[in-house]
Amino acid sequence: MSELLQFFFSGITVGAIYSLVALGFIIIYNSSGVVNFAQGEFVMLGGMSTVFLFNAGVPLAIAAVAAILITCLVGIALNKLAIEPAKGASVVTLIIITIGASIFIRGMAQLVFDKQFHRFPSFSGDDPFLIGGATILPQGVWMIAGAIAVFIGLFVFFTYSLTGKAVLATSNNKLAARLVGISTNMMMTLSFGLSAAIGALAGVLVTPITLTSYDVGIALALKGFAAAILGGMGSPFGALVGGILVGLIEAMTAGYISSEYKDAASFIVILAVLFVMPNGIFGRSTIDRV
Amino acid sequence: MLLVEDLWSRYGRIEVLHGINLEVKAGEVVAVVGANGAGKTTLLRCLSGVQPMAAGTITFRGSNITRVPAHRRLGLGLAQSPEGRQIFTNLSVEENLRLGAYLYKDARVEKDMEEAFTLFPILKTKRNLNAGDLSGGQQQMLAIGRALMGRPHCLLLDEPSMGLAPILVDQILDVVKNLRSYGVTALLVEQNAFAALSIADRGYVMEIGKITMSGPAQELIADERVREAYLGI
Ligand SMILES: Nc1ncnc2c1ncn2[C@@H]1O[C@H](COP(=O)(O)OP(=O)(O)OP(=O)(O)O)[C@@H](O)[C@H]1O
Ligand SMILES: [Mg+2]
Repeated sequence: MSELLQFFFSGITVGAIYSLVALGFIIIYNSSGVVNFAQGEFVMLGGMSTVFLFNAGVPLAIAAVAAILITCLVGIALNKLAIEPAKGASVVTLIIITIGASIFIRGMAQLVFDKQFHRFPSFSGDDPFLIGGATILPQGVWMIAGAIAVFIGLFVFFTYSLTGKAVLATSNNKLAARLVGISTNMMMTLSFGLSAAIGALAGVLVTPITLTSYDVGIALALKGFAAAILGGMGSPFGALVGGILVGLIEAMTAGYISSEYKDAASFIVILAVLFVMPNGIFGRSTIDRV
Repeated sequence: MLLVEDLWSRYGRIEVLHGINLEVKAGEVVAVVGANGAGKTTLLRCLSGVQPMAAGTITFRGSNITRVPAHRRLGLGLAQSPEGRQIFTNLSVEENLRLGAYLYKDARVEKDMEEAFTLFPILKTKRNLNAGDLSGGQQQMLAIGRALMGRPHCLLLDEPSMGLAPILVDQILDVVKNLRSYGVTALLVEQNAFAALSIADRGYVMEIGKITMSGPAQELIADERVREAYLGI
């Protein structure tokens, strides 16, 4: 029983990170139809920038905030320099551009940072909480809290702010959005900035546990993307649930079968779900609504 | 109010507008009528800045807006209720109207919304419904209401009567006819030539990308050629 609880805890902690990556994916997807394959690089930049600022003597909290802002700027630059100039190009072309961008960012990270693994201290120490015979690290609690906070923040933004509604309107009908005076470029910039910041936050939260290096983005992007698809590629709630599910499937497989199969297991389950529900668990009917 | 001079436009290599000249004076209702595929929608898209122009100038309220990006044109007072309604189907009726006034955050937004509800009472009873669940006629009302929320001096209307039951057509055209009492000038594009000309002050006849006739609406309705080609009489 405590074993199951233990797997459950590790599942939702890692799942929280997948949720954050998935949220980043769907924000850009909703506003442009583009699957941004550089999403994982945002996670990497968040972690790596924090490491290097922290090692340079910047207090951890400030280093983390600065890293998120830097990544946010990288996201905006990606949109301004690579996506916006390709206006009118097909979605497939734009996706290929993001693949190129991800390779470029990874290459730059090797140069600017290095190829080593790094970490910085956990926010609240490493003494685990003991719950029902299982343990959870304080950093794990931070990860879960981070995912929930971002989800609530997005919910409030999309439900109550005019700018949030403008983002939803743009994703629904670009022509009409322009006719009511919404700058679709502005909305794209906002989406890339927001998405990059959320990715970076995931990187900051996860680094004390999993370490970071220039290429951690690839695996995280893959899992986050799978989570987004599982959740229906559109609704933030779907992304949240999709991420947690992928995390749980992984943890249960690693715990009860073998950690060698955890990646395969999560993808098999995703394929099975998509076979039954091609639009994901929360697809279509909720795709438009938050 | 609105002056269009020698406007040319194309989709890729297919030229669709071949030098359109047209004027709308303040307080008028002007109709552009023409058959399916004449280029009426393309003309309105150019006016709103969502369609590239190959040549020509657009002057609106005394300033040249030819190169003004689409999202800035509403702020200058040029709104459009587009063909096919193009409402935000993922948002509520009220949210659609609110986004019509996206540029504004003052107390007038609330008042204008009440005004829109007075104009189209059915929208008030459905204000919290998803706009995608409205009927065609209600969506058309919403599209017009949303455009009016942007505080236009001039409203471009693309086929507001399309696909509607005759009673709704009358109701919508009545609203268009009375726009001037709100200080709004209207440019109305219609395949339904008789309906459009009967509420307009002046009209233009458009044929494959060119204006072929223009004049007071009553004269166009009386004109033999127009009657034969567009009124089916
Ligand atoms: N996106 C497009 N790509 C290529 N050609 C187009 C496009 N949209 C319209 N056309 C062509 O441009 C011409 C004018 O179209 P437009 O929609 O402006 O006509 P319209 O007068 O509004 O017609 P309708 O009364 O059917 O709405 C038509 O021949 C049409 O086939
Ligand atoms: Mg048309």
